[in-house]
Amino acid sequence: MAHFFIREKKLSFFVEFPKMGRADLRDFKKGIDESFKDFTREYGEAIEHFFDPLLYFLVWLEKLFLNTPWPIIMVAIAVLVYFGSRSLKLTIGAVLAFLVIGYLDMWEDTMATLAIISVATIVCISVGIPIGILMARSNRAQTLITPILDVMQTIPSFVYLIPVVMLLGIGKVPGLLAVCIYAIPPIVRLTNLGIRLVDKDVMEASEAFGASYSQKLLGVQIPLALPNIFAGVNQTIMMALSMVVIASMIGVKGLGVPVLRAISNQYLALGVMNGLAIVVLAILFDRVSQKFGKRLQAHTESMK
Amino acid sequence: MSDTKVAIKDLYKIFGSNPSSMIDKVKDGISKSDLLEKFGHVLGLDNVNIEVKKSQLQVIMGLSGSGKSTLIRHINRLIEPTSGSIVVDGEDILSMNQTELRNFRRSKASMVFQKFGLLPHRKIVENVSYGLTIQGINKKEAYERSNQWIESVGLNGFENHYPAQLSGGMQQRVGLARALATDADILLMDEAFSALDPLIRSDMQDVLLSLQEKLHKTIIFITHDLDEALKLGDNIAILRDGAVIQSGTAEDIILHPADDYVTDFIKDINKARVLKVSSVMNNENSIKGPEIQDNVIIEDALQTVSKSGSNGAIVIKDGKKIGTVSLTDMIMAIARSTKNTDSDTVYR
Ligand SMILES: Nc1ncnc2c1ncn2[C@@H]1O[C@H](COP(=O)(O)OP(=O)(O)O)[C@@H](O)[C@H]1O
Ligand SMILES: [Mg+2]
Repeated sequence: MAHFFIREKKLSFFVEFPKMGRADLRDFKKGIDESFKDFTREYGEAIEHFFDPLLYFLVWLEKLFLNTPWPIIMVAIAVLVYFGSRSLKLTIGAVLAFLVIGYLDMWEDTMATLAIISVATIVCISVGIPIGILMARSNRAQTLITPILDVMQTIPSFVYLIPVVMLLGIGKVPGLLAVCIYAIPPIVRLTNLGIRLVDKDVMEASEAFGASYSQKLLGVQIPLALPNIFAGVNQTIMMALSMVVIASMIGVKGLGVPVLRAISNQYLALGVMNGLAIVVLAILFDRVSQKFGKRLQAHTESMK
Repeated sequence: MSDTKVAIKDLYKIFGSNPSSMIDKVKDGISKSDLLEKFGHVLGLDNVNIEVKKSQLQVIMGLSGSGKSTLIRHINRLIEPTSGSIVVDGEDILSMNQTELRNFRRSKASMVFQKFGLLPHRKIVENVSYGLTIQGINKKEAYERSNQWIESVGLNGFENHYPAQLSGGMQQRVGLARALATDADILLMDEAFSALDPLIRSDMQDVLLSLQEKLHKTIIFITHDLDEALKLGDNIAILRDGAVIQSGTAEDIILHPADDYVTDFIKDINKARVLKVSSVMNNENSIKGPEIQDNVIIEDALQTVSKSGSNGAIVIKDGKKIGTVSLTDMIMAIARSTKNTDSDTVYR
């Protein structure tokens, strides 16, 4: 008899995965939730205030874009595209695209999206480049930060929306934060890579002439890494644009809002039109920044 | 001695995970290959002692991997030694802190690199003034001073070009001008001309020699090319497996090679271009002929003597006769293999 029971027990061990008890598991999850909620109650407000300047800036930029008469914006876009790309074709294309967008009644949403993308890009650059520099300087920092970047890029965005919303509620700032979490890894990675790829001989020459750390960084490393850093900026903008729809789920205005409405109400035309507007923005950003990046490496490329 | 500029004493460099634990083995004379095989450490420099006199051009020569780059980088401490001392102008380089070291590199010793090491994103004038701007000298003055050096290496007109627009030889002129612009009195040149084509290399050697005539810098010049070493060096040190196996003037090395390694090095050399009449001089009254300065090379002396149709020449120094050379002695000196063992075969 005893023998039989042991066999029975052994079998169940192989058939069913040994798991945590139901009650234990519930307490475990509850414990985490509770402690995060406590954290939110304790620090939520302080953290919100911390992001206030960002909120004011975003709101100000949105207002600026929306309140400026459209012909002036159009001229500004044409000038920026032309000086970024030095291409007449691209400039005309951009103006035409924005004329169509306005004609199809997507002007306001497009301006709101432009505002949040601009702020997100500025935040990503000003946080991402210093982190990338730190990673290039120390191997320890690199091994520490690389897995974090991997997680940020692969974790489904809905998952980190949960703590962000718990902490900051629904609104522009949590939306901006979500966009930045998703979009910052490329600029960090490419800043690190770009600096590490700087020619060792040039660095040694700089060292041999007695350059200090900041003279090496600002005079040699950053300028020579600039094409790579710029490729990072380009990717960051692209990824920020692809987050527009998800960000609109937690209260960010812009082209994502009508797309969401189109999904829940099965409005095909509305969804496609706004989706295409996002695509147009992406293509414009991409072409202009690539042309600009090419010009940056004019002299560095052809060195032996 | 007061005119010693750079003194390197008992210098050892071992590369690996725990160099200081290997130092005793190296001092006991373990070979480079044994150290690598048994202990996984690379012997970079092995008890190097070199004294460089002020305003001299010291050549350090050796095959690839013999430790030349490692040695020259110790002088401005781009590489830290495992043990030993390096004294420049009476000052111990190794005791300097970061700031002192930076100032030393800015004003005392500048460097020219095999792969040029120019800043590709800066114009020629900006590259040449790099050392000056690092020192904090304002742009206007830095450019003015740089333009003189650009002119002295023969690059006027190229101030606003970028390095990639210049040929290799021209790029190294920029490298040389950049090193000279800081007015450092020590010039470190690591295979500076090795990447250049033979004709251009010879041009650059001439540029360096003519600048040196005016500037009297203390130059440490690395090369793996014996012809270059003989042409440039006031003094030559030969490096093998990180150790100095011979040090002396070009004539010393050719007349008395220290071992088979050096003999091998010099076997293809045109001795007539290196040896001076003073090295084969004696005093025989039977010799009559034209007067020749003692520091004339045998190649030139042979021409003078054979044109005059005499059996030798009178050697003079400071206008006075100090001896004679015979035609046969000169021919023998340049024909004879410097190792006695096979000298018989030459004469037979
Ligand atoms: N950072 C390093 N780590 C390990 N070994 C090195 C390092 N640098 C140089 N070495 C070794 O030291 C020896 C001398 O190198 P180097 O000074 O570059 O020679 P050279 O300039 O004469 O060609 C070589 O065996 C080389 O492999
Ligand atoms: Mg070398």
